[in-house]
Amino acid sequence: MAIAEELAKKQKAISIAEFFEKNRQILGFDSVPRSLLTSVKEAVDNSLDACEEAGILPDIFIKIENKSKNLLTLIVEDNGPGIVKEQIPKVFAKLLYGSRFHSMKQSRGQQGIGISAAVLYSQLTSGRPAKIVSKIDKDAPAHYFELLINTQTNEPEIIKDKVIDWDRLRGTRIELEMEASYFKGRQSVSGYLKDTAIVNPHARITLIEPDNNKVIFERATDKLPVQPKEILPHPHGIELGTLMKMLRYTECKNTSDFLCESFSRIGAQTAKEICKKSGIKPDVKPKKIALDEAKRLHEAFKTVKIQAPPTDCLSPITEELIRKGLEKEHTVDFIETTTRPAGVHNGHPFQVEAGIAYGGNLSKENKVDILRFANRVPLLYQQGACAVTHAVENIKWRNYSLDQPGGGIPIGPAIILVHVASTHIPFTSESKEAIADVPEIIEEIELALKDVGRRLNLYLSRQDNLLRRREKEEIILKILPRIAKKVGEILEKPTPDITPVVAKIMGNVFIQRSVKQNGKGCEVEIKLKNHGDAVHHFSLHETIPHDIKSPSPEPKKIPLGKQNDYLWKVSLKPGEQKAIIYRLDIGIEEASKLSQIVAEGIAEEHITGAKVVNV
Amino acid sequence: MTVKSNKEIRDSTSKTTLKKLIHDFYEQFESETIPHIVLPSRTKKNIELNEDSDVWVYGDSESMRSAKTVKGATQLLKTSYVVELMIKGHLDQDKSSTLRELYYISENWDIAKFNEQSESDRLIEDLEIITGLQREDFHVRPEENGATMFGPIKIKEVTKRGERTMHCQEDVGEAGYQIPYNVETVQFLEHDAKFIIAIETGGMYDRLIENGFDENFDSILVHLKGQPARSTRRLIKRMNEELKIPVVVFTDGDPWSFRIFASVAYGAIKSAHLSEFMATPAAKFIGVQSTDIVEYELSTDKLNDQDIKALQSELTDPRFDTEYWKDQINLMLKIGKKSEQQAFAGKGLDYVTDTYLPERLGEMGVG
Repeated sequence: MAIAEELAKKQKAISIAEFFEKNRQILGFDSVPRSLLTSVKEAVDNSLDACEEAGILPDIFIKIENKSKNLLTLIVEDNGPGIVKEQIPKVFAKLLYGSRFHSMKQSRGQQGIGISAAVLYSQLTSGRPAKIVSKIDKDAPAHYFELLINTQTNEPEIIKDKVIDWDRLRGTRIELEMEASYFKGRQSVSGYLKDTAIVNPHARITLIEPDNNKVIFERATDKLPVQPKEILPHPHGIELGTLMKMLRYTECKNTSDFLCESFSRIGAQTAKEICKKSGIKPDVKPKKIALDEAKRLHEAFKTVKIQAPPTDCLSPITEELIRKGLEKEHTVDFIETTTRPAGVHNGHPFQVEAGIAYGGNLSKENKVDILRFANRVPLLYQQGACAVTHAVENIKWRNYSLDQPGGGIPIGPAIILVHVASTHIPFTSESKEAIADVPEIIEEIELALKDVGRRLNLYLSRQDNLLRRREKEEIILKILPRIAKKVGEILEKPTPDITPVVAKIMGNVFIQRSVKQNGKGCEVEIKLKNHGDAVHHFSLHETIPHDIKSPSPEPKKIPLGKQNDYLWKVSLKPGEQKAIIYRLDIGIEEASKLSQIVAEGIAEEHITGAKVVNV
Repeated sequence: MTVKSNKEIRDSTSKTTLKKLIHDFYEQFESETIPHIVLPSRTKKNIELNEDSDVWVYGDSESMRSAKTVKGATQLLKTSYVVELMIKGHLDQDKSSTLRELYYISENWDIAKFNEQSESDRLIEDLEIITGLQREDFHVRPEENGATMFGPIKIKEVTKRGERTMHCQEDVGEAGYQIPYNVETVQFLEHDAKFIIAIETGGMYDRLIENGFDENFDSILVHLKGQPARSTRRLIKRMNEELKIPVVVFTDGDPWSFRIFASVAYGAIKSAHLSEFMATPAAKFIGVQSTDIVEYELSTDKLNDQDIKALQSELTDPRFDTEYWKDQINLMLKIGKKSEQQAFAGKGLDYVTDTYLPERLGEMGVG
């Protein structure tokens, strides 16, 4: 007993802040460059969420200053609704304090760890407090705080608290000094902001880099995204522990009411069925339900038929705005976007959007860039572990005109963008960098990618055809005639006829009539050859003011006043060659003046050597 | 038969051959065939040793140039324009142009105009390959004349202004006899040479003349001027074959100079179609060898990245696929150093003529 008492003295609760202090890599503060990025990310996420909730077009200003080697100052300022004075210390200097942890709603931040973790990281590495300014209205005072987190109690310690002059209408500003380093590239602050700008085209983001270089990501729309609605949790997405917590703290007097009021998609009828299945009386007080019964209730959620959760709680970026976002941050030739219908994973509604951008100044030799987003937040790390990447790799991109040597991520001048919106994004870890391989989500991503892929393929094959057609036209109209002319000149011979070669290059049906004197009359031969790779059926007309003799094959004769229209039905397979012959009782002189052969029922660009008349 | 009428026959043969090519295009139009020409691929992979002549020539791999594509069609058009110039502008009027002039002449050819001189140079080489003729046969000259030579040989050259006879020691200035661009007009009358020494740099060529190497060793000095012009290579080959004079090649000791030797002895990749005409397979490499750099303790420079790349590429070049060359190349890579031929000056101005060359000639059994 004595030993146990001894031990009991040493046993004490560890505060969450202390825990973080020792395990900061879990939250994305594992390396010097990444810590800066994580801090920017948390601050920007908060600003965007706050602005949108308040219906304000976000205008976010980020400034990074070098303090000394490895020590820098990060300032993030927004034009959001501000924070009331009493809340400021808790929002910034108490971990797990937030408004969203318990809500079923699509939002960027979820647990309320983010910004206070950045404050904690700053205080641990620089020893200095976070400096906060916030103002909630034009006429309200601006409050200035200097805050530290007491890591033992996870409570804010207020170092300074005063009212200052601040020339902003409203908004919040945070200044953190921290051990970090600034660099450029894809996984950098500017890379992150660029991607953020793509999926938040309603935001203006200004970045001042340590060398005083100013980068502005201008907004492309004045339309605020539709505010996602808050919904009750769906029974399929609830864990047993959570269910028990809800039972204990509910104010409902009986289980039936509890079910109807705490969950979405449970009405009186469904509640009755669930109670029946689990053997719990509907009028039992929820607080009285024990573990065993709760388990049965939880089981019943799975067996009773419950409608899927409503999906109007999601706020997709929309096809149009993804297009605008990609357009403004990249120079490309082609963009296609898609927003899939909402689906459900583990009781949580989710929705996938995808975009593909192609051409422009994107590199042809490199792997395509995959831009991953979860609830409008760019994911920069752990690409290889993410469901989005896995879905991209599952697709046979060669079917969509992108190279994919050895499988994996395709190669080509393209950007693939995937956005997953959900009331609950299943991340692989707490640092929220990779979406877990949930089959329903992967399948939706694949469908979205195939959709934009098909459209890319269509565009590229059309481009290809156009190019090939244009090239052929240049050959037959500009180059070949000159070669023929030059060749004739050199040999001092008549310019050779290029039409047969033209037909061959164009893959056309070639028609040629030749006339030979034979006794008093002459023999006419019409040669037909199909140089194309499709079968062609058409009619051939010879309109002649004479009777033709012994034709082969026999034509249909239609008198046309003084002339006759002779009609042959022709069918030519690819590469097939045919001939029509007949006799005319006229001299070769006259015969050579016959009018041009007319073809009917074939497109003009498919035939050479005949006039096309299509009625 | 005089040399003059020989020329007339050659010109008329050239004309017929060129017209035959154009006639082929004409026939292709008539026979409803898309105009095209076929020629061997001109890459390192497609050169092979001809057992009979012992030089490197193009292999069987062919490429087709057809009017099916814009690129091919434009090439054929340009070919027609060039052939017309060769026939009507050159051969009919007994005129000639330089490669550079040809490029400028094409400025009036609208879409058949060349975008840069390398393109017209290449087309002339193509024409040589297709017709089996040489550019001299179409009266196309290189930019510069051939280099110079100096030594105990008497020649007769047919110039546009009549025949000239001269002895290349007695009748020439200090710089020697200027090799014309078309050496087919040169006849050899008599000589006392025991060997020919082809020298890469002007400095070394002048050093050997100044030191009287030609007289002391009965040798003909030929200045290669870097990568040698065709006429220089052709003249060396003719002297070697017709007069049976052995040939040694004296260059810097670096990867690029190895290639100079290879083009004299085995032929160049770019003009392998002319190897049988210009390469002298009997030519021997006198130096500077990698082993000389070590043995004579010459002043050196470090190999740079390009040098190393060039050496590595030579290891896969079929022309260097012999024990001797593999050893030389690998040794140079190993020591990481190169030397110029003029580095011998560090041991005194006479060292190269009194010591190095005699020692090497002795080892090789030449002279």
